[in-house]
Amino acid sequence: MLTRAERRRGIGWGLLSIAGIALFVGIAVAALLSWDTGNTQSRLFTAYTWRILRFTLLQAVLSTLLSVVFALPVALALARRPRFPGRVWFIRLMALPMGLPVLIGALGLIGIWGRQGVMNSLLLKLGLEQPVSIYGLSGILLAHVFFNLPLAARLLLAALERLPAEYWLLSSSLGMKPLSVFRFIEWPVARRVIPGIAGLIFMLCATSFTLVLVLGGGPAATTLEVAIYQSLRFDFDPPRAIALSLLQIGMTALILIAISLFPTPDDAGITAGRATRRFDGRTLPARLWDVLAILLATTFLILPLTSIVVAGAQANLWNLATSPAFLRAAWTSFTIALSAGLLAVLTSLAIIAGRGAIVDMKRPGGTARAFSVSLGGMSSLVLLIPPVVLGTGWFLMLRPFGDVARFAPALVAIINMLMALPFVMRVLAPAVETHRKRTGRLSASLGVSGFSRVWRIDLPVLARPLLTALSFAMALSLGDLGAVALFGSNDLTTLPWLVYSRLSSYRTNDADGLALILGIICLALTVIGTAGRKETSHD
Amino acid sequence: MTDGITLNKVELKLGTKEFRFDCALPAGAVTAITGPSGSGKSTFLNLVAGFETPDRGRILIAGEDVTEKHPSERPVSLVFQDNNLFAHLNLATNIGLGISPSLKLSGSDRAAISQALERVGLSGFEKRTPGTLSGGERQRAAFARALVRKKPVLLMDEPFAALDPGLRLSMASLLIELHRETGNTVLVVTHDPDEVGRLANHAIFIDHGQILLQAPAEEFLARRDIPTLAEFLSG
Repeated sequence: MLTRAERRRGIGWGLLSIAGIALFVGIAVAALLSWDTGNTQSRLFTAYTWRILRFTLLQAVLSTLLSVVFALPVALALARRPRFPGRVWFIRLMALPMGLPVLIGALGLIGIWGRQGVMNSLLLKLGLEQPVSIYGLSGILLAHVFFNLPLAARLLLAALERLPAEYWLLSSSLGMKPLSVFRFIEWPVARRVIPGIAGLIFMLCATSFTLVLVLGGGPAATTLEVAIYQSLRFDFDPPRAIALSLLQIGMTALILIAISLFPTPDDAGITAGRATRRFDGRTLPARLWDVLAILLATTFLILPLTSIVVAGAQANLWNLATSPAFLRAAWTSFTIALSAGLLAVLTSLAIIAGRGAIVDMKRPGGTARAFSVSLGGMSSLVLLIPPVVLGTGWFLMLRPFGDVARFAPALVAIINMLMALPFVMRVLAPAVETHRKRTGRLSASLGVSGFSRVWRIDLPVLARPLLTALSFAMALSLGDLGAVALFGSNDLTTLPWLVYSRLSSYRTNDADGLALILGIICLALTVIGTAGRKETSHD
Repeated sequence: MTDGITLNKVELKLGTKEFRFDCALPAGAVTAITGPSGSGKSTFLNLVAGFETPDRGRILIAGEDVTEKHPSERPVSLVFQDNNLFAHLNLATNIGLGISPSLKLSGSDRAAISQALERVGLSGFEKRTPGTLSGGERQRAAFARALVRKKPVLLMDEPFAALDPGLRLSMASLLIELHRETGNTVLVVTHDPDEVGRLANHAIFIDHGQILLQAPAEEFLARRDIPTLAEFLSG
C-alpha cells in the first residue's frame, strides 16, 4: 500500500531507468544498423561468418556437454557424502572460479596446461609428446570446463540436497542398490534441472570473450564476439563487425528463447553438511568412486589456482604494486568499478521501485503490466546484446566526434553496469521484496514514508544486500576485459587490460604478478560482499 | 448515521472473488468479525484499514468519509497477527513511530511510551529489540503502540492466533481492560467462537464475501438457524 506520491515516484524512477537503458542500447544498435547498410547484408552470410558461427556453436555445445557430464559424478558424490572433513572447503573451492576474473583463470590454466606447464612435462615424461594444447579448441574447452564444471556441480548438488531426507531412509529400507538409487531418485532430479543448467552454461560459453581471446588460435578458433573485436581493432572492417554483431544478436536471442522454456536453476539452499543422512554407498567400490570423483575435481580446480599464486609470487610484487603503470591502471579500474557498481545498484533500485509501484496497483491495466515486464527485461538486456556489440555500436557512433578514447571510461563504466545489472537484481530484488512484505502494511498504517522510511526502516535492513550487490558489481567490473578490450589504449588502461597487454608483449612474469594482485582484490571484494551473509529471520 | 464504522453498499472484486458489505458497527464496542477461512474477514478489515479501496460504495469512520484515504490518514490503529514491529528497531523506537512517523518525539512523548509499556506489563523494555521477546510480549508491545496512538478505532487481525491457548486468555483480559480505559471502537477478526464470547459485545458473520448475520454477542452465539454459522460455532 503506497501513497499516491510514492506510487508516482516509483513509476517515475522505473520510467527513468527504462529510458536510460533503452537509449544507451538503442543508440548502439541504431549506429550498427545505419552504418553503411548496403554493404552489410552481403557480408551477413559469407563463408567466413559461417565458419565463425559454426565454431562458436560447436565449442559451446562441447563445453556444455563436458561440463555437465563431469559435474554429475562430482555432485552425486558430494550429495552421497554429506559429512567428510574438508567438504565445506571443497564447496568453497567450487565457488572460487566464479569470483575470479576470467583472464586470471586463463593465466592459471596456461601455467598448468601450457607448453611449459606441469601437465605437459608430466605427460612428456610418460612418453607422450605434448598431447594437450592449451591453445585452440582443446584449450577453450579446457578453460570452459574449468569455469563451468563447478557451476554445474553446485547447481546439481543444490537440487539433490533439496530432496526430502525421508527418501534416503526409504531407499535404504527398501534395500535399493546404488544403481537403483541413481535410476529412481538421483537421475529424475538431475534430469529435471540439467536442461536449465546446460542452457545457462551454453549461453555463457557461446558469448565467452576473454577466454577465446587469450586461448583462441587465430581464425580457426574464433567466436563471434572475438571476431567482432578483431574486425574493429585489427582489420578496421566495420561492415564485417556489423554483420557479425547482427549474427551475434540473432544467436543470443534464439538461445535466450530456448533457455526461457526451462526452469531457472539456482543454488540457494546448498548446505555445508546439513543433517541429511545417507545410508547408501557404503560399499568399498562406491567409496572409491566418490573419492576418485572428488579428488580429480579438486586437482583439476586447484592446480591452476595454485599456479596463479606460485607464478605470481615469483614476480617482484612490491615493485609491480608501486610502479606508476600499476597505480594508474588501479586508479582507472577503481573509478570505473565504483561508478559501474553504484550505477548498477541505483538502476536496480529504480527498476524495483517501478515494479513495486505496479504490483501495488489493484488492477494494473495492460500498459502497466507491459511496463512491469519491460522493466524486468531491461535488467537483462545485456544478455541479448553483449558488451562487444554495445562497444562496437558506440565506437562507430562516437568516431565522427573525435577521439573515442575521451568517452571510453564512461562507456566502459556504463557497459560494466549493464553487465552487472542481472546479478545485482538477483541480489536486491528478493531482499527488497521480503522487506516490503514484512514492513509494507505496518509502514503504511503508521504513515512512515519518505526520508524517515528510507533512513529508519529500509537502510538498516537492506544495507547488507546493498553492500553485497555493490561489491559483486565492482568485482565484476574490476575483472572485466570484454568492455575495455575495444577501447583499451595508453590513455585508458584498466588492470585486466594491463595484464593482457603484458601477456601479449610476452612479459609473462609481470602478467603473472599483476594477475595475482588483481585476483586477490577481486576475491577480497567477493568475500566482503558475502561475509556474514546469512538468512537471518526477522520476526 | 452512527459515529461507529459504516460500510455503505461497499463492493469490491479481487480476482474472481466478489465482496459486498453493507453494515453499521456500533461505536465504543468490541465487534468480532468471524467466518470460515477465505470468507472475506481479512478483506473486510483491509477495507476499513485502507489496504483495499472499494470499487463502489463508501466507508465512514466516526461520520467521516475515509473511502479514498491512505491508511496513514485514517483514525485507526492496527495489530496484525505477526510482524507488528520492525525487527531491527528497539521497542521505544517502534512505539515512538506510532506517535510520529519521523520520530520527532518530545519529552512527554517519551514518558508516554514508558507508561504504555508499563501498562502492558513490559516496563523497562524500551531498549529491547523484538527478536529478544516472546510472541506474547511482541503482541503486548503492539498494544502499547496502539495505546500511545490514541486513535478512536483499533483494528486487529487474529492478534492472538499465533499464541498458546493459555496466553490467549491473559491477552484477552488485557485487551478488555485497555478497551474499558480508552472506550475505543475495536474490530477483531477471529476464527475462534470462544474468543467471540470472551471479547466481543457484538459480532458479524461473513461467508462468501457477504455479511450473513450481525447481532449482539449473546444472540450471535445462540443462533443455530444459519447452517454455516452453526457449523462455525460448533467448531
